[in-house]
Amino acid sequence: MSLAIALTFLTVPVVGIFVGSSPADLISSLGERGSLDALWLSLRTTTISIAIILIVGTPAAYLLASRSFRGKALVVTLIELPLVLPPAVAGIALLAAVGPAGILGGAVEAAGIELSLTTAGVVVALTFVSSPFYVRQAMAAFAAVDRSLLDASRTLGASEARGFLRVMIPVALPGLASGMALALGRALGEFGATLMFAGSFQGVTQTVPLAIYDRFSTDFDSALALSAVLVALSAAILLAVKFVHGGAALGGWQAE
Amino acid sequence: MLSVEARATVGALRLDVAVAVDPGECLALAGPSGAGKTSVLRVAAGLLRPAQGLVEANGETWLDTEGGIEVPAERRRCGYVFQDYALFPHLTAWQNVAYPLRRLGRRERRARAVGLLERLGLGERADARPGSLSGGERQRVALARALARRPEVLLLDEPLSALDARTRAGATRELAEVLRATEAPALLVTHDFTEAAQLGDRVGIIDAGRIVQQGTPSELAATPRSAFVADFTGAVVLTGTARTRADGLTHVELDGGGEVVSADVAEGAVALSVYPWEIAIEPASERHHGSAQNRLSVEVLSMTTIGNRVRLGLAGSQPLAAEVTQAAVDQLGLRTGAMVTASWKAAATRLVTTTAGGTTR
Repeated sequence: MSLAIALTFLTVPVVGIFVGSSPADLISSLGERGSLDALWLSLRTTTISIAIILIVGTPAAYLLASRSFRGKALVVTLIELPLVLPPAVAGIALLAAVGPAGILGGAVEAAGIELSLTTAGVVVALTFVSSPFYVRQAMAAFAAVDRSLLDASRTLGASEARGFLRVMIPVALPGLASGMALALGRALGEFGATLMFAGSFQGVTQTVPLAIYDRFSTDFDSALALSAVLVALSAAILLAVKFVHGGAALGGWQAE
Repeated sequence: MLSVEARATVGALRLDVAVAVDPGECLALAGPSGAGKTSVLRVAAGLLRPAQGLVEANGETWLDTEGGIEVPAERRRCGYVFQDYALFPHLTAWQNVAYPLRRLGRRERRARAVGLLERLGLGERADARPGSLSGGERQRVALARALARRPEVLLLDEPLSALDARTRAGATRELAEVLRATEAPALLVTHDFTEAAQLGDRVGIIDAGRIVQQGTPSELAATPRSAFVADFTGAVVLTGTARTRADGLTHVELDGGGEVVSADVAEGAVALSVYPWEIAIEPASERHHGSAQNRLSVEVLSMTTIGNRVRLGLAGSQPLAAEVTQAAVDQLGLRTGAMVTASWKAAATRLVTTTAGGTTR
């Protein structure tokens, strides 16, 4: 019974999106210039911030997982803080840090980088709110890998760097992938921090969630269509993660 | 030739050991858990740097803390078999074995790896991942991987302890064969003296970070230098061929002569174990009396006092050890060179089958 209630409560709104919009309307409203701009912008900014998160976050997560030092708990807590920060607060925090009047605003400006109300600002906001999802998960994945595998790699003539690439990363891969999917989902849906830090200018900072908000009082069909695209993307990400985990389990090394 | 000297503090343990192993020889370090056995292997492999240490392999210095020499682990040619095998779970059996062969082309790597697996009777499992291999199969993959780089030194950490009892007897025999065929000096550690005796040409007993005694297995059993060694060496192991008789007892014809009986059921080649304190000593002239079924005529080779007990090293068709009280020694007037009768009950005689037929793969 409780399962039925939960299922209904969780699925009816999603179903509503697809029932409320006919496929023909969906396609035609997606063809509008503004919608295409929003989709393209979301795709670009999300891809860039995920790339940044992977490149910087992976070694950082490995170091945090493999080294122990004084104050490590504090560092980990600081890294995880954006997870629980309300998005509006994250936006304000970014403004206060790297906005024009922020503590590092001068330095950023001196470096010739303009963040507020620009596409780069969107990337900063997305990276800020979604990186902890990846780093946290990656740390857990690395920590779960048996250290003796790395020892074995070394006794077999591989340098530590080679062991990291050939053993650590592949063994931790299911965990890394699910962390990436979580970060991806969070970045795609990012609203509050982007709005406050980068604003909502069509083609520049108006990502899909912002475009949905922008339309819903004036052009509900178009908002529905964009929402349907986000639902489809999120579902695809979820399925991809399940596939990675399932594939690993079939390969027989998850349980190892 | 491998020599390892190390002084280090590892957690609560103060390690202070020096061992040397000749080419083709296997030295088995046996001791309780926490004695520092694994640390010795890790120092040899370069995975643990001792405060003071010297590691030399075949004339090459791998570590000399005084001279400031330290060859990194990846440049020491050690074949290391880890306690839980540490197989790479994302690679197949042959890819695990081929991991150290990265300078070769893909085809040759596969051929070499599969060849090694075949040598260990695992050719048809080459494409399986560790997750789908049995314990015994994993152990052989780990061994093949350790041998793949043609190591100058073999290091084995409890290579059999992760196996169930049924698999272990067969695996022990196979490992003994591999060790015999390997030119490289081998250093093996185990918590089980019987295993050390079966696999090591020499055995070193290690306790609390120190090697308390080294020697052949029968030397250690016959003349333990301390109560610790006497207790740790435990049972005397004899080998022979078992046959079940109509009396319901198993008769074992000992290799080298003599026959004993056991209440255990077994057929074919067996290892027979009996504890030294289960063996009673009588003057050789004594007529058979009492309930002891097993009687062997032996010579007293050595007498070692351990507290209030005396460990007797005995020579029969195979070396044997008995433990008796000082009072018994005085009463019987025992001395080295004396011929006596060693006797024990059939019920105190444990049998373990050592043929391939009695084990599962």
